Amino acid sequence: MSELVQLGHKPLDPRTAPSFPKAARALVGDTQMRKNVRHATNVIQGKRAKVVQEMPDWQQLREAGRRLREHTMANLDVYLERFEKNFTAAGGTVHWAKDAEEARRIVIGLVKASGSDEVIKIKSMTTEEIQLNKALEGAGIRPYETDLAELIIQLGHDQPSHIVVPALHKNRQQIREIFKREMNLPNLGDTPQDLADAARLFLREKFLKVKTGVSGANFLIAETGGVCVVESEGNGRMCLTLPETLITVAGIDKVVPRLQDLEVLLQVLPRSATGERMNPYNSIWTGVDPYGNDGPKAFHVVLMDNARTAVLADGEGRQTLNCIRCGACQNACPVYKQTGGHAYGSVYAGPIGAILTPQLMEMEHAQTLPYASSLCGACYEVCPVKINIPEVLVHLRSRVVEDAGLTAESVAMKAMAMVFRSEKRFRAAQRLGRLAEGPLVRKDGNGDGWIGWMPGLLGGWTQVRDLQSMPKETFRDWWEARGR
Amino acid sequence: MSSSREGMLAAIRAANARGGAVAAADVDAAWEALPRAYTRGTALGHEAVLELLEDRLRDYDAHVVRSALRDVSSVVGGMLAERGKTRMLAAPGMDAALLPEGFEFVIDDGLSAPAIDRFEGVVTESTLAIAETGTIVLQTVKGQGRRALSLVPDYHLCVVRASDVVATVPEAMDRIAARPSFATTFISGPSATADIEMTRIKGVHGPRFLDVIVVVDLQAL
Repeated sequence: MSELVQLGHKPLDPRTAPSFPKAARALVGDTQMRKNVRHATNVIQGKRAKVVQEMPDWQQLREAGRRLREHTMANLDVYLERFEKNFTAAGGTVHWAKDAEEARRIVIGLVKASGSDEVIKIKSMTTEEIQLNKALEGAGIRPYETDLAELIIQLGHDQPSHIVVPALHKNRQQIREIFKREMNLPNLGDTPQDLADAARLFLREKFLKVKTGVSGANFLIAETGGVCVVESEGNGRMCLTLPETLITVAGIDKVVPRLQDLEVLLQVLPRSATGERMNPYNSIWTGVDPYGNDGPKAFHVVLMDNARTAVLADGEGRQTLNCIRCGACQNACPVYKQTGGHAYGSVYAGPIGAILTPQLMEMEHAQTLPYASSLCGACYEVCPVKINIPEVLVHLRSRVVEDAGLTAESVAMKAMAMVFRSEKRFRAAQRLGRLAEGPLVRKDGNGDGWIGWMPGLLGGWTQVRDLQSMPKETFRDWWEARGR
Repeated sequence: MSSSREGMLAAIRAANARGGAVAAADVDAAWEALPRAYTRGTALGHEAVLELLEDRLRDYDAHVVRSALRDVSSVVGGMLAERGKTRMLAAPGMDAALLPEGFEFVIDDGLSAPAIDRFEGVVTESTLAIAETGTIVLQTVKGQGRRALSLVPDYHLCVVRASDVVATVPEAMDRIAARPSFATTFISGPSATADIEMTRIKGVHGPRFLDVIVVVDLQAL
């Protein structure tokens, strides 16, 4: 198996992932993947543009969304406590998890207490973030992903590459091969309809049988203690209504103040995410049905921090938490379109991943991600809650440099500054440079000198381009010699 | 309560440069003051709103017809016959006048999920519909039933009263906020996915077929 195929098959963990430039170098060689990603992102972008254009109040909605999310984050403690109070009053149980480890432990404990050794799952980036499936399997619990894309990922032993359409890097033939093998369907066709029908049959039995469901949440409504889940296929509704126990894992950033706030978020989210006026299904419900007729009899919400409070403490970085996970920035990003999602080494790829992942890792890992951008601003323009991603990227770059402290690069920069401050030192450096470059210069057909390799730190420049050799005479020398 | 809870709340307060809890009234006042300059209502007349709903539903591949109140049961009968359905599930508390003779309608009385799965389809009423997005909203109330009813069968026939059709999402949320304790489901077309090459495929796990009858209430005209 080649290195680039393996990239997507290891869990996307920023602690162990190769750096972005290294991963990207390998992945841009996968022309099929790039074709699939380009096709998918172009289609969504086109659909999004069309349905955004028909909303004359789009900018007002974005501004309302931004202010609403800022207000929520500024009062996050109040709204979380409100959610807890109202959700508990509606028959639910709230659990607080400071990190991924605690969240996994809580979920495993709840699944075991429900008496189940299998769970049906709704697509959830939060459970991907904490690698819940691996932990469940380790505890002897079998998770079944029920979203079509997540099923493709799970059966293909693959990793998500997009936050809304996690399998967009696979085309229909590749998906057919996975389903043929894993569902034992040798005669499976390769139209999208054939593949969706196969998934419907494969999962129907699980929906009717499995007693415990695990989900994420799009929004937690503080005012009512309600939960909102947005989806397309109906697998979400199956997991939310048919099991006896439902366990929802949500980042603390998912809370919204009031039910009425959904009038903003449910307008901007579907149009931005899938280019639909509304996605097929939204579920909004509160706790446990007091009559025991509708939905699970036990409902748990795990409120997870996992470094979100640290992000909140960063004055410039905190706007990252306003994200509602629509993926529009990924579809718009010229870098993501070339590399696909796996290069980012995190379940959060693209521009939002480039700012979210390093912060969630408290700048310990994923330090190359803030550089995985040309700062073109396309992400900011499409963001439904106006997160200024380029601004946060630049901020994080400066944090990376600050955190690095005294490095070879920072010493070299200081030395350069010293040279540039003095004419004498500058002239001496030029003479020294001409001498030092000698062995590296190769002449081309026109007699011009080019340098294709430089040692050490300088090698970064010549990895992707050749450097012209220094001229025999500097401008200063020519100017001074001119009158003689 | 867990120490994680206290630790997380303390970290949030510290991040927001706050010593302790803030007065709830101040938070509510700040929420009230949030800018909401977007469109709430519509300039369209009622007929234009109904046409918009029908257009948007058809865009999702739903089959839509309009009917006068007195003709609804025969329109329901016609649609079921066209689809070849004979044995349907019906939400408890449905207006019996909507259901035609000659078909078997079983009222849900707490059926198991596998039992629901064996029906050819389900017929329900609705709480409201949103024209701009082509969305039907169902709640766990009389005539609409549990959430599983409109989900597990492969076919859903939904009756929408014209007087329950609003133009925009904010108008819909105003109505829903008036009765927030009921489980609420937004349905915009048949279940679908675009997970494979961004091709919209009708029907994955929810009903693959959605028929909507918009009932024009003669008294209201």
